[in-house]
Amino acid sequence: MSEAGASPLLSARGTSKSFAGVEVLRNVDLDLMPGEIHALLGENGAGKSTFAKIIAGVHRPTRGTLQLGGTTVDVASPVVAQKLGITLIHQEPISFPDLSVAENLVLGRSDGAPLGRVPWAAINRDARRLIDLLGVRIDVTRPMRGLSIADQQMVEIARALASDSRLIIMDEPTAPLTPKEVETLFGIARRLRDEGRTIIFISHRLEEVRALCDRVTIFRDGNKIATEAIGKLSDADIIRLMIGRPLKEYMHKGKSQIGEVALEVEHLTLPGYFDDISFSVRKGEIVGLGGLVGAGRTDVARALFGVAPAASGSVRVGGRPVTITDPAQAIAEGLAFVPEDRAVAGIFRTLSVEQNISAAVPGQIAPRGVIRRGVEKALAQDAVKRLRIRLASLRQPIGELSGGNQQKAILARWLLTDPSVLILDEPTRGIDIGVKAEFYDMIGELAASGRAILLISSELPELLALCDRVLVMSEGRLTADIARAEATQEKIMSAAVPQVRGAAA
Amino acid sequence: MSASDLQSAPSAQEAAPPRPAWQVLLIRPETMTLALLVLAVFAGAWLSPFFLDISYILRSFTLYAEFAIVALVLTMVIIAGEIDLSPAANMALSACVFAWLQQAGLPVPAAVAVGLAAGLAMGAFNGLMVIGLQLPSIIVTIGTLTLYRGLAQIIAGDKSIRVPEWFIGVDKIMVLGVPLPVVIFIVLALALGFLLSRTIVGRQIYQIGTNEVAARHAGIRSARIKFGLFLAVGLVSATAGMMTASRLGSVRYDLGLGGELQMVLMAMLGGTYIFGGRGTILGTFLAAWLLVLVSTGMIVANVLPAVQLVVLGILLVVSIIATNFIYSRTQR
Repeated sequence: MSEAGASPLLSARGTSKSFAGVEVLRNVDLDLMPGEIHALLGENGAGKSTFAKIIAGVHRPTRGTLQLGGTTVDVASPVVAQKLGITLIHQEPISFPDLSVAENLVLGRSDGAPLGRVPWAAINRDARRLIDLLGVRIDVTRPMRGLSIADQQMVEIARALASDSRLIIMDEPTAPLTPKEVETLFGIARRLRDEGRTIIFISHRLEEVRALCDRVTIFRDGNKIATEAIGKLSDADIIRLMIGRPLKEYMHKGKSQIGEVALEVEHLTLPGYFDDISFSVRKGEIVGLGGLVGAGRTDVARALFGVAPAASGSVRVGGRPVTITDPAQAIAEGLAFVPEDRAVAGIFRTLSVEQNISAAVPGQIAPRGVIRRGVEKALAQDAVKRLRIRLASLRQPIGELSGGNQQKAILARWLLTDPSVLILDEPTRGIDIGVKAEFYDMIGELAASGRAILLISSELPELLALCDRVLVMSEGRLTADIARAEATQEKIMSAAVPQVRGAAA
Repeated sequence: MSASDLQSAPSAQEAAPPRPAWQVLLIRPETMTLALLVLAVFAGAWLSPFFLDISYILRSFTLYAEFAIVALVLTMVIIAGEIDLSPAANMALSACVFAWLQQAGLPVPAAVAVGLAAGLAMGAFNGLMVIGLQLPSIIVTIGTLTLYRGLAQIIAGDKSIRVPEWFIGVDKIMVLGVPLPVVIFIVLALALGFLLSRTIVGRQIYQIGTNEVAARHAGIRSARIKFGLFLAVGLVSATAGMMTASRLGSVRYDLGLGGELQMVLMAMLGGTYIFGGRGTILGTFLAAWLLVLVSTGMIVANVLPAVQLVVLGILLVVSIIATNFIYSRTQR
């Protein structure tokens, strides 16, 4: 624990970071004491991982200074960080899977001549000593590939010990682990703390933070909100601090007539991704799907659209049971899906805006397989006007447009299919505030015209402002179905954060 | 002109300005091919007075016509983001199947049909491996290139099999003074050019090659289209095999040996982007003529065969560097 008067191991002052002009971390001041386990908490995108990566030399800060043991340091790269005694342990460890554990452990050690013989016996002996320090049983001559993720993390920790790291950063280390493995990890973390090392622990699981950490720092929207001893905050306090931003005023909810059920999902399951998902969306209704990144929301959407079909469960569209194993079928059934990752699954970067807009409606632009340029141009032009897409020419490559306008073009593509059910996965990610507001208007109008909308979003204000109902997923399961009147950020967040549901209510 | 463009745009503040017209023209994949082709004509005419004899060039083209025909279809495969290196071996195997069957007494039309079916089957096998088993097409078709050539050798042995007298001489048939293989090449180029630029299937081939994940999300059945392309290459290769058999009058297992490189050369020289999404039939069409002009031009000018190879190699490297350089410069 931090004692008054003890000097910090690491002090960050005014740490800021911008990506492509967008500020993701703003003036963060933080002191890390020797011999403490310090939790970083926050919503997705709050800045906690960015901060950790700056300390570990993965990102360089735009502004701010770092002091390590009283001297100012420039952590220019992960290699420099390693030399300074700072190690970042990744959730899914990056290593050389075909090399042995011992080889991975001595990686980057530069003793011996370039063409000298490899001292295998010494390497294996050193590796065994390091692994034994952790009190785990791993055969150091085995290749990394065969190890469980927990064991791979142990090797990473052993590597941190090999370079005698004073500061070890664990970015969501427990997500892929079983409860027993988590216990082992915690035991080691506590031992390292007792040896006087500092550990930064990033996790979404409050009960883990409570069990392990001494102090916690909460991030929100790139700002540090609070640093407190864990005992002084209740779970409810933490959740409030994590989300407590004001509702943005420009958002509103259009009034639409809610009609009969358009999409009905029952017991949809894809082992390893989501389990027993049941819900329905009515015509004219906007149903939000909230939760943390990795909760399985996108996987449900991909399953519904046939990109990665579910293993079991049933889907009804407009009351008719359907089996969708391919996006083409989904489109024929009146579904549309604006995917989360525009660059990967949305746009054809080098092709014209026009072609991008007309991609899903070949039947409309080419009744007999031969493209009618005039028809295509008219369709695209109309869409550009209606969605206010800003561009220089319909024939310019879509990659030249801004992110918001690319997204509008993708939305235009799907509106041409005249879908009855529209699935939007993080539709406003990476989009300017101004264009976001336009999107909110459009989504409202689409619902008003009788379409059923499933809106996946990690932004709580967005869900609250737009949705008639909010479903929440956590670790592959549906954990809440909250009507608009009762929906609050706290309710959504507590359903989204794994295993704190009872405590936070 | 750029001023009027800007005015017609609703609001250009968020969008990049449109590319100048000269750039649009320059980054068209076949521009470089056309420039080289013009250059080759002038160089050839300067080297030898016989060079500009059209009928001589047409006759020379018949030597390359079979590869050029397959290269047209191969261009579509490459645009879709795949590759097929087995067509030359396919030509040999289907021609051997045909020659062997007709020698064994099967009527020639039936033997041709079986030969074509064999070509189709070879294309289907490639397609199954690439699409069904999700294997990289370059590995699969290097494998089948060896496999098909090996099977051809088993069937034909080391001897050449003669084909009937009346079947010989497809390259001697003239249509309006143009040898039939050249006519087939031109007609196929027109048809495929139309398919690629004016139809939905053609459009979707580009979209698959540009971003297959996005194509699938847009409901484009990429597996079906790619499989179709492999089938098409198989069928066209077998046809080219028959044409070669007819031109040579006999079939050996080494028919068309090394042809896959000539085909890829034509596609690349025509500005087709090896990673998919870019390329035109026009480019490959021009590149085929360029290749014929340069080769025959050098023969006419008594250039040593070794030097001819060097020139072809330089040509390819220059054209690839040029198109890629211009392309990357204009990408923002």
